[in-house]
Amino acid sequence: MSDSHAGLQTTPSQTVGPFFSFGLVWPDGPFVVPEGTPGAVRIGGTVYDGAGAPVPDAVVETWQADPDGRFDHPDDPRGAVRWKDFRGFGRSATDPEGRYSLLTVKPGPLPAAGGGREAPHLNVSVFCRGMLVRLVTRIYFPDEEANAEDPVLTSIEEARRATLIAAIAGSEPPVTRPRGYRFDIHLQGEHETVFFDL
Amino acid sequence: MPTHQPHTYRPDTPSHPPVSFPEYRSNVLRAPHRPFVLLPQRLGEITGPLLGEGRVGPHDHDLTLGHDGEPQGQRIIVSGRVLDGDGRPVAGTLLEVWQANAGGRYRHDLDRHPAPLDPHFTGVGRTVTGADGRYSFTTIQPGAYPWRNHDNAWRPAHIHFSLFGTAFTQRLITQMYFPGDPLFAQDPIFNSVRDPKAREAMVARFDLATTVPEWALGYQWDIVLRGKNPTPLEEEDDDDE
Repeated sequence: MSDSHAGLQTTPSQTVGPFFSFGLVWPDGPFVVPEGTPGAVRIGGTVYDGAGAPVPDAVVETWQADPDGRFDHPDDPRGAVRWKDFRGFGRSATDPEGRYSLLTVKPGPLPAAGGGREAPHLNVSVFCRGMLVRLVTRIYFPDEEANAEDPVLTSIEEARRATLIAAIAGSEPPVTRPRGYRFDIHLQGEHETVFFDL
Repeated sequence: MPTHQPHTYRPDTPSHPPVSFPEYRSNVLRAPHRPFVLLPQRLGEITGPLLGEGRVGPHDHDLTLGHDGEPQGQRIIVSGRVLDGDGRPVAGTLLEVWQANAGGRYRHDLDRHPAPLDPHFTGVGRTVTGADGRYSFTTIQPGAYPWRNHDNAWRPAHIHFSLFGTAFTQRLITQMYFPGDPLFAQDPIFNSVRDPKAREAMVARFDLATTVPEWALGYQWDIVLRGKNPTPLEEEDDDDE
């Protein structure tokens, strides 16, 4: 039915519009892992527009490896492995102050072509009223030596790299591990987040 | 540790709207200004959430059920296939839909359109594609509604669709429109898709075979997600240097 070389044309992307929340909000959406999971951390922040105003009608979705750096997916060439109670996917709509929040566990590093590795990170999609195509970005962790060798992070001009790295949002004394990370998303403007073309 | 990947996904930008499209007013302060950075497709991009059966209740594919009475408006059946760019069915993938009621009003606190809310219609549905990539929803023909984008602006009737496919790369949120809508010409969201053929692909086809006598009109709408690049052969090792 289709020309094997040309292929079929992808159905175009359209905005989620202002009223997606009743269609896309799941009660368990923000929980990549269930509450009470050992080692769980909260990742959240605010989505800002070009005037610095919070975006109250955005949805942030994440996809990530498990703490061992594995994906529960048949196209992972190492084979699908499922980590207990781990969905890998998170979805949070922003609230009236433009804030999103997810509960997850820090992913492990990933093997990269050529024997290198990708530093722990989350893949992120941002949808909102006003955007016609989804925006893709990544959340990296500040307390991670592997960032220095990550092939994607190191390919970004240094001045903009910080827009992809979360900040530690708070820790229990004594500081043994972070309780959470803050990752703000700037759609436009001086602090515009690095967005990717897939 | 093996690091080769079975495949990547073809780029598909010509069918998508541009990032910046100021005729759609709320785009102006929300579209990034800097060019996107090319992200090579690695493990995290070729995999994705395989969300299916566990997320769908038994009546979620029928938006006319779940209330005490029948919703107002024209009952319709929307069916079709989810395919990848090579025409292969995408099986077992979650579809989520949401829409306005027959009067063009959403069940959402911020919808100020003074059309009546229908106590028997919420406007949210979910289903999972079969082995052949097919899906089907029963719902109500949504109404057009006004918005303030430009003078006398009305959105053409549409149903919002959200799909995951099988990879992060295939994630798609789109809208399905109805054939022959006189509002197309003035709608910046519909017309943000610059390629006329791609724009036409967002319009469902009226289908008498899907229509159920004395009960519902039928529409067919196929959705195409990105296709895979051919599987790399032995030369992949050479590319890895």
